Amino acid sequence: MSVLFLLIIISLVVAASFLVAFLWSVKSGQYEDGYTPSVRMLFDNEISEQNKQEKK
Amino acid sequence: MSAQIEKFYYDNNIVKMFAYATMLWGVVGMLVGLLVAFQIYIPALNFNLEFTTFGRTRPLHTNAVIFAFVGNGIFTGVYYSLQRLLKTRMWSDKLSMINFWGWQLIIVSAAITLLAGFTTGKEYAELEWPIDIAIAGIWVIFGWNMFATILARRERHLYVAIWFYIATFVTVAVLHIVNSFELPVSFMKSYSFYAGVQDALVQWWYGHNAVAFFLTTPYLGLMYYFVPKAINRPVYSYKLSIIHFWALIFLYIWAGPHHLLYTALPEWAQTLGIVFSVMLIAPSWGGMINGLLTMRGAWDKVRDSAALKFFVVAITAYGMATFEGPMLSLKSVNAISHFTDWTVGHVHIGALGWNGFLTFGMLYYLIPKIFNTKLYSEKLANAHFWIGTIGILLYAIPLYWAGFTQYLMWQEFTPDGFLAYPNFLETVNQIIPMYAMRSIGGVLYFTGALMLVFNLIKTIKLGNFVANEPAEAPALTKEYNAEHKDEHWHRIIERKPIRLLIFALVAILIGGAVEMIPTFLVKSNVPTIEAVKPYTPLELQGRDIYIKEGCYNCHSQMIRPFRHETERFGEYSKSGESVYDHPFQWGSKRTGPDLAREGSKKLHKSNQWHYDHLKNPRAVSPGSIMPNYPWLHVKEIDINSTTAKMAVMQKLGVPYTDEEIKNGKTNLEAQAETIAADLKAQGIKDADPKKEIVALIAYLQRLGTDIEKSAK
Repeated sequence: MSVLFLLIIISLVVAASFLVAFLWSVKSGQYEDGYTPSVRMLFDNEISEQNKQEKK
Repeated sequence: MSAQIEKFYYDNNIVKMFAYATMLWGVVGMLVGLLVAFQIYIPALNFNLEFTTFGRTRPLHTNAVIFAFVGNGIFTGVYYSLQRLLKTRMWSDKLSMINFWGWQLIIVSAAITLLAGFTTGKEYAELEWPIDIAIAGIWVIFGWNMFATILARRERHLYVAIWFYIATFVTVAVLHIVNSFELPVSFMKSYSFYAGVQDALVQWWYGHNAVAFFLTTPYLGLMYYFVPKAINRPVYSYKLSIIHFWALIFLYIWAGPHHLLYTALPEWAQTLGIVFSVMLIAPSWGGMINGLLTMRGAWDKVRDSAALKFFVVAITAYGMATFEGPMLSLKSVNAISHFTDWTVGHVHIGALGWNGFLTFGMLYYLIPKIFNTKLYSEKLANAHFWIGTIGILLYAIPLYWAGFTQYLMWQEFTPDGFLAYPNFLETVNQIIPMYAMRSIGGVLYFTGALMLVFNLIKTIKLGNFVANEPAEAPALTKEYNAEHKDEHWHRIIERKPIRLLIFALVAILIGGAVEMIPTFLVKSNVPTIEAVKPYTPLELQGRDIYIKEGCYNCHSQMIRPFRHETERFGEYSKSGESVYDHPFQWGSKRTGPDLAREGSKKLHKSNQWHYDHLKNPRAVSPGSIMPNYPWLHVKEIDINSTTAKMAVMQKLGVPYTDEEIKNGKTNLEAQAETIAADLKAQGIKDADPKKEIVALIAYLQRLGTDIEKSAK
């Protein structure tokens, strides 16, 4: 059982570094392209529909 | 672009199969839900059969709607949206098929075994160990297929919905495995690895996160895909969706202990659970606002589209449930709501409103798409929407009323300082009209679901199924400069699914570990009481019958430290009292009274009373809504399993000596003889020491007696 705890503690350490990375990135304010993906997901169907028409 | 345009096909067949399964199990799960809604106030509806008694049908209902209806709903939506978001066919059709048939097989075996009485006795994780292993296996197949698809994608960016799917996969795997640690006694019988307070903590860490990562995160992913698609507008704020995701998965994992407020769980763990539960309101409402505001400027479309109507109410229900959740986590509110029907009302806002309506909206959108046609009747879908919405209201409002009523009656004292309603039954009979109203709400909701099935079958007949939908996209170039200096940090993670997986895993493990390690390691958290001794072999068998019949569905074994509870049930429960309880049986609902001290002097009833009561509760308590358990008086105790059971308990840390295990059977028979003799002396001539009822009586008479010995 104690191995389990050791593993969990190791993951805790990794988690802490993740948290640091997270805070650092938030502070450096790098939210650049926070828009296009939301529009792009709307288009993919329309493109494939165009392709279908081309085939006909 | 130098990249070559590639032709490929989306696999709609697997989407169709999962969609059909969603409809089928939705109808089945809701039908069983209706049955339990009626059974709860009409006890005769168990037909005097063990297989159709509330203690078994209620777990069947919860498992069916969560894992069969919503589970298949998740797979439907994920298999549909993942392919399109990644511009890739699912990596392996074979794995998709294994995922589908494996999951359906699990559902069928779950239905059979739950009704047959095979249960671990842990809520929402009742399935026994062979099925647990199968679930883990099929879940990994799903994840394998998903990650392989992500790696083979033609779209560099991972849309927000996909992160939600990834977090779902990872967390559910971890939760399921950790909570299902159990030591098998035989094929289809096992004991939880953990006991008492530790089992409770692991169970509710799992239980709450099953809500979070099975009923919430995958559906948020579906929301971020299907709502923008259905209204053809981008999500209100993509940035907010990123914050929503990380904040949610980081906070959710810490909230479990709010299910154990005022129990024997250490106070600090309770407080931690409260703090994070309250914080959860921020990301939850961020997500709700993001979903609702996606309709901004296009609300007129909602008027015309039934699917959008379902989405709007689903997201609103999500907002209501995630506001209510943090409120219920506050100790003062929880003191009122816990063990009452308020909780049942709360979860059904989430289940009927959020999960149900989002699934309905998704099916109304998706089925016409893959069948290349229009919905058969938008009018019928609108009617479904309204009947469903009224159904939800008729379901939830009476239960909130019932919850408050019951609490107010429980805690009422006369001016002389006595309980105003000393007979628990009074507080139960008071809320029967509310139970009746709730079942009508359920009928309406179920009718709506049938309308959906009819409408979609008609749609399917109208359309032509596109099994393989053609699509085109350029392949991803292998060389990709990921080191744009000014790039958003998050984009780097998004491109690397494995890294994202690890980060998500780490984020959830940190939560689980901080809460669990100290309780496991710090012994002082579980004060051991010298007088608390392991169960006798007969009591152990009786406890297994208690678990098998699902008594925990209606009876708690946890007296909270309130005057009205100690006055009614005796001294409040201590964590040291359940150290040998694999699994714990604290329960989460008091449809009937608490049984933690059922055998104590204060609550003592004769063996004969229990014998008659279990045969027909109304014979001794007129007006009781508890079902009859006549088979307990007929079926025989599985005496031969005694040694194996005790040996497993010994392995789990219960201090049985080898001598005791060896004499287990003999001791069992001797104690059974004593009880049978007592029953005979009290006038029950056909009392038989071999019957299950004797073991159950032995267990019930033991409950809460240890601590009385220490008082001497």
